[in-house]
Amino acid sequence: MTKPTRTSRTRDEDKLDTTTSPESAQLYDPDNQDLSQGRTSSLNRWDTPWFNWKLISGTAIVGIIVLIGIFGRFLWDTELVYVGKCPLNLPPVGFENSRGQTGTWSHPFGTENSGRDMLALTIIGAPNSLLVGFAAATIGIGIGILLGFISGFIGGLTDDLIRLLAGITITVPSLLVLIIIQSLVEQIGLFTMATLLAVFAWPGPALVIRGQVMSMRESGYVQMARLSGASPLRIMFGEIMPNLLPYLAASFIGSVSGSILAAVGLETLGLGPQRVPTLGGTLYFALEAAALLRNMWWWLGIPIFILSLIFMGLLLINLGLDEIANPRLRKATE
Amino acid sequence: MPTKIPMLLELSNATKIYQQRNGRTKQAVVALQDFNLKIAHQPAKIIAIAGESGSGKTTLANLILGFVQPTSGQVIYQGVQVSKISKKDQGVAEETEDISIANSKQMRDYRRNVQAIFQDPFGVYNPFYRIQHVFDLVIKNFGLSDNSDQARQLVESTLNAVGLRGHDVLRKYPHQLSGGQRQRIMMARAYLVRPKLIVADEPVSMIDASLRASILDVMLRLKEEAGISFLYITHDLSTAYQIGDQIYILYQGSVAEKGKVTKVIERPHHPYVKLLVDSVPLPDPAIRWKGEIDLPAEEEMRGSATSGCRFYPRCPVRIDRCLENQPDLYDVSDDHQAACYQI
Amino acid sequence: MNTKVSQPSPTTNLLEVKDLRVYYETPGGDILAVDSIDFELKEGETLGLVGESGCGKSTAAMGILQLVQPPGRIVSGEVRLQGKDLLTLSEGKMRQLRWSKLALIPQGAMNSLNPTMRIYRQIQDVILTHQTTGSDKLSADQIKNRILELLRMVGLPERIYQMYPHELSGGMKQRVCIAMAIALNPSLIIADESTSALDVVVQRVVAQTILRVKQMLGVSMIIIGHDMGLMAQIVDRIAVMYAGKIVEIAAVRDIFNNPSHPYTQLLIESIPSLKEQKPLKVTEGLTHDPRHPPPGCIFQLRCPIVTDQCRSIAPKAHLIRVEQSVACHAYENTDVARTV
Repeated sequence: MTKPTRTSRTRDEDKLDTTTSPESAQLYDPDNQDLSQGRTSSLNRWDTPWFNWKLISGTAIVGIIVLIGIFGRFLWDTELVYVGKCPLNLPPVGFENSRGQTGTWSHPFGTENSGRDMLALTIIGAPNSLLVGFAAATIGIGIGILLGFISGFIGGLTDDLIRLLAGITITVPSLLVLIIIQSLVEQIGLFTMATLLAVFAWPGPALVIRGQVMSMRESGYVQMARLSGASPLRIMFGEIMPNLLPYLAASFIGSVSGSILAAVGLETLGLGPQRVPTLGGTLYFALEAAALLRNMWWWLGIPIFILSLIFMGLLLINLGLDEIANPRLRKATE
Repeated sequence: MPTKIPMLLELSNATKIYQQRNGRTKQAVVALQDFNLKIAHQPAKIIAIAGESGSGKTTLANLILGFVQPTSGQVIYQGVQVSKISKKDQGVAEETEDISIANSKQMRDYRRNVQAIFQDPFGVYNPFYRIQHVFDLVIKNFGLSDNSDQARQLVESTLNAVGLRGHDVLRKYPHQLSGGQRQRIMMARAYLVRPKLIVADEPVSMIDASLRASILDVMLRLKEEAGISFLYITHDLSTAYQIGDQIYILYQGSVAEKGKVTKVIERPHHPYVKLLVDSVPLPDPAIRWKGEIDLPAEEEMRGSATSGCRFYPRCPVRIDRCLENQPDLYDVSDDHQAACYQI
Repeated sequence: MNTKVSQPSPTTNLLEVKDLRVYYETPGGDILAVDSIDFELKEGETLGLVGESGCGKSTAAMGILQLVQPPGRIVSGEVRLQGKDLLTLSEGKMRQLRWSKLALIPQGAMNSLNPTMRIYRQIQDVILTHQTTGSDKLSADQIKNRILELLRMVGLPERIYQMYPHELSGGMKQRVCIAMAIALNPSLIIADESTSALDVVVQRVVAQTILRVKQMLGVSMIIIGHDMGLMAQIVDRIAVMYAGKIVEIAAVRDIFNNPSHPYTQLLIESIPSLKEQKPLKVTEGLTHDPRHPPPGCIFQLRCPIVTDQCRSIAPKAHLIRVEQSVACHAYENTDVARTV
């Protein structure tokens, strides 16, 4: 059984012995429980639910990759990521390539056939992939929140128009459109790609938020806020938005995953940013050079492994957030 | 010429008709028909509006609180009209008297002086926030106090008036309190702005029967000690009888009987009200319901809404005249009227 | 003196519940939802189970039917239906008994009707699922006739057969649920808050339907609720529950004319009268943490006649007259069944 965690935000009243988590109160008919007397404590916002193992491990994985990106620059020579800086085709440390060369510690992840160092590629490329994902998801969710709220709260013609737009965007095959756009454009930067991906990321969240807003709009506490004279803006962001946070967080992470996947897909096809080293771009070059035929498994393997880690981390975060938002998924003894 | 002191709240021939689409046919449902009500500033009274589901009592509450607008008729607060008639209903509405429409200051005043308490003691709380938030919203939006100490004092005294202490409840989340406590907090919230009228829409129907008295007691005390009038909307005749001064009994949108609560309940004249009073289960095993009553299939009952007395299909003493015209309210005695031709 | 009062009436007990305990597991400890209750139900009798929300009455019903879900669990007890202990039966055997011998009309049943199925199909489902195997199987025609017969018994017109739940009013839906409960002619029906959400007149119609059904079929019933007025009208005996324990159990006339346990007295006093206006009896709700009940009498925190003895020793059930037993120390000396 997990013990509740106390943080510095505990106040005097909270120092009572028995703690109540929301679910245990629900089990025994909350509607007539006077738990204010006797031994209970008020729920601290940083209490048990947030310290969920899935959330923690997922965040750890993603966190490590981010840290590698931030600090790797200081620990490793990032110039090695460019063409021709290193000996060619070296395998990772401890392995031998088809030419009989062994890996060295000066290039622990090996190199590829243009002389790029794999470790440097990992240090620069992995964070870049994350960056694209986060940027696209942020912009996408941002648009989604805006349009979802407007649509749900105001209704009427505006709602119809936004829904139409969302419907069209969902139906159009995104990868196809992205391929077409990106192949027409000569040079593409990371940020531009993120924006393009965002264009396809917003409808999902927008429609769900719209639905939630529409149902919460009729709820008792929104009526009370209206009776208290609160303005529509204050109702939207003060009353409705906080209850959407768990959904928004989970949706955001899901969007990040999806965007990274789309980005990697585009990069692997050679449509990614040319000047910026990315994991997908590495895959492109590896496939171009028929890496597997040359037994250069590390050229494909390492980017794929890093990407798998990223997706796994994001998935764990998502599952963890889901459990927090939906108490029924938590184990009964938690 | 002395100026007449206006009523606190007046409903003048308020009617609400909903257009319902039933498959392909459009059906007009009359939720409330020509409803009249006058509430004076003094003395503070508890006016009970009793009726079953479909009687129009919820529509009445919504009209008074401004959640819906009347199809015709007016809601008048201190002499000015606070209801709006939508453009599409204007052709249908009758000629209204020359009553000025409220400006925004008067509307704010209206919002402040007419507060509400609802049936569900849980849904009215935002689960994300602690109880404190409920009071913060009111203080901020009505500008009750700039000083946080003063605000805290105000909230504490208001909570004490309903029998609670800030220390016990303010830091808690809604799910940690009982239904009774939550309703009392809602009372405190309504009382915080010192309104003149509180519309209580079924405030105790979701609370256990044995615990209702504590909420009703708060209402009585607020009326007697703070001079606040209540519009107590309920389907429970017993509690209406215990705390009400006046009662209006609604049946399918019209008033069946109204007057002083003791007169109406102890000597009902309208056949529906007689049936209602008879059907309340008496807590005495020696006195059981006499005879079985038959309820005709529910759909038939709504059909007669267009003309004649609504109660016709179920009335044991109906005559032909009842089918032609809806009866007006006839005087039974002083402060007691019933809408029936047979009295 | 060793007087033992024996059961005066010769009718057998349909249901005997002894020391039933149902606890819910929570991080802070077990919630003692039902904490050792004992009662008997004779054939053809209607027992009313009253108490505030959270007193354990619904849990007791679930316990009897063995429908308790984790984190709740049946800790101990015996539930004998016609002599057989239900708590020792396997789930398979229990399922055979449910609905055919024991039926439940759960709380909010009328809102749990399947909105996509016509009424006849829902009643049909009940019959087909729970009818016992072998020669008892009914043909399609027989089932249809049975459904129409059930609808007639609860006073619903025949055309309800084809309708969908949303086309019916609350009272009609509730009567459909009653029809489903009597479909296989059970010996015992448990009705949990069957009239709570209904209007006064509709409530009377549903209550009278329950009475009529009882007369026609001779079925025994347990009616769970919190409206004392309604109980006075339809039950034979009342068991009053507080915080998981039965504090008083007596014939309905005795409960109203001689309420003995302080809690029963409080309940009776707080019924708002329709006959005269009088001051309201204000009372609080459950005052202790259900996971840590105080030692001694469960009602001590609210009792107006509490003594030191109450605070340390839990009272036994004292039989103060024929078929009225009260769990309160104040009646220790008037116990008719005192054994040395």
